[in-house]
Amino acid sequence: MTKIVSLQELIAGHIHEGQTLALEGFTHLIPFAAGHEIIRQGIQNLTLIRMTPDLIYDQLIGVGLVKKIVFSWGGNPGVGSLYRLRDAIEKGIPQPLEWEEHSHAAMACAYQAGASGLPFGILRGYTGTDLAKENPAYIKWVDCPFTGEKLAAIKAINPDVTIIHAQQADKKGNVKIWGITGVQKEAAYAAKKVLVTVEEVVDELDKTYQGIYIPHWLVAGITKVPGGAHPSYAMGYSQRNNQFYKSWDGISKDMSRFQEWIETQVMNKTQDA
Amino acid sequence: MDYTKDEMMIITASQMLGNGEVCFVGIGLPSTACNLARITHAPDIVLIYESGTIDTKPEVLPLSIGDDILAATASSVVSVPEIFSYWLQAGKVDIGFLGGAQIDKYGNINSTVIGSYKNPKVRLPGAGGAPEIAANAKKTYVIMRQTKRAFVDQVDFITSVGYLRGGDERRKSGISGEGPQVIITDLGILEPHAISKEFMLTSIHPGVTLEEIRDNTQWNLKISPDLKTTKAPPKAYLEALRGLQNRTELAHSQTMP
Repeated sequence: MTKIVSLQELIAGHIHEGQTLALEGFTHLIPFAAGHEIIRQGIQNLTLIRMTPDLIYDQLIGVGLVKKIVFSWGGNPGVGSLYRLRDAIEKGIPQPLEWEEHSHAAMACAYQAGASGLPFGILRGYTGTDLAKENPAYIKWVDCPFTGEKLAAIKAINPDVTIIHAQQADKKGNVKIWGITGVQKEAAYAAKKVLVTVEEVVDELDKTYQGIYIPHWLVAGITKVPGGAHPSYAMGYSQRNNQFYKSWDGISKDMSRFQEWIETQVMNKTQDA
Repeated sequence: MDYTKDEMMIITASQMLGNGEVCFVGIGLPSTACNLARITHAPDIVLIYESGTIDTKPEVLPLSIGDDILAATASSVVSVPEIFSYWLQAGKVDIGFLGGAQIDKYGNINSTVIGSYKNPKVRLPGAGGAPEIAANAKKTYVIMRQTKRAFVDQVDFITSVGYLRGGDERRKSGISGEGPQVIITDLGILEPHAISKEFMLTSIHPGVTLEEIRDNTQWNLKISPDLKTTKAPPKAYLEALRGLQNRTELAHSQTMP
């Protein structure tokens, strides 16, 4: 049976209310199209994990589908705030938002632990910080059994489903990513299930570039969505739309402009392109 | 040649970076200062961004930490876990260059919240890579515009450690890097006292008054007995900086298909 399905089938078949999802991609290859399909299908009560929530989680939070976020830097890169995220945390609009918060290094460590099947990751960091003081449920301290050094222990992250956008998949479902690879490998390997949207389905994967390879037996479903990372980008296929990231500031700040944008750019479309 | 306060700050910061140093670069002002150093006196400076791009040489400034231009001009691109573990945590970074929303007299930085953590008045973006840069880079430099709101006696939230409550508290708590060596602002240069680690004014930019500096600092800022006047920015640096910013603005205003 082919794993290559429509975007509607990919999300409807695997994403359910109340799940814990990671839509990863460190600035590069952010799976916007998959996120927009979740918005169209109105899947509620989600816990969303991403190092940088970015515009895609601002949108999912703004439409009221998110119960909790797990993150390490929640801004609009180089621009400023994510206003839907801020409104949810500061004012409970459109609904209160729980959060779990890390530093980048600690969150990468938590994904690595998850991918390695370990209960926690070890980090030299967090000493003296208030993030550690405020969040003892997932940041604790251990003594190194060899040197006695006090190190931070970060609870592992294991999403129910990780969704990533990749440059290529072959017909069997093997996936290839190159350029900035962020934590996609760790997020994918830590998850119970992996879904992928791709720029291109090819007969044979490009071997020119070094990068991440995810074998077909770890991938539950694939959809071809050219431009599916827009306004983020896919190296070799598109460029980051910095102009849109700047214009999001005004859209996100104003609830009526935000709702109109969601209506025209997400709800009234069947698939991003 | 006339210049702005921001130009004074960025050029002063860039001149502190040595050729060949390995710098872990924050986005915004740090990225501007580091790239200016690279295109002027420090062509062999190694710039590392937390997106995993190593030895990157962008011809325009990136808007985000993961812009395509950083990957396209890097010697190598590694994963996020690798950049933080093998590079930063393992002590391979000379200078961590940071900005922030709020800083206190001991160089602790807040980029998390204004108000209480659980019920914040203003929710700021959060930590990103800063806590481990502040802890694990051999040294850190900080660049921030000096305002009363930003330069406070004690930060609302310690996102990234400076000298904690001063003296040798940082060293005693086992943090590996030496900590913030300097805060470069649009008004002057602040450096920590050798014993107390309280930041004091060691250099004032040309045309700035002590009164203006005190008005923009919440704590009772001490003035170094050897207070200097910062050298005005050289013409070559001003031209290089303006060229870089013009190229950047042009690149970021283009609408992609």
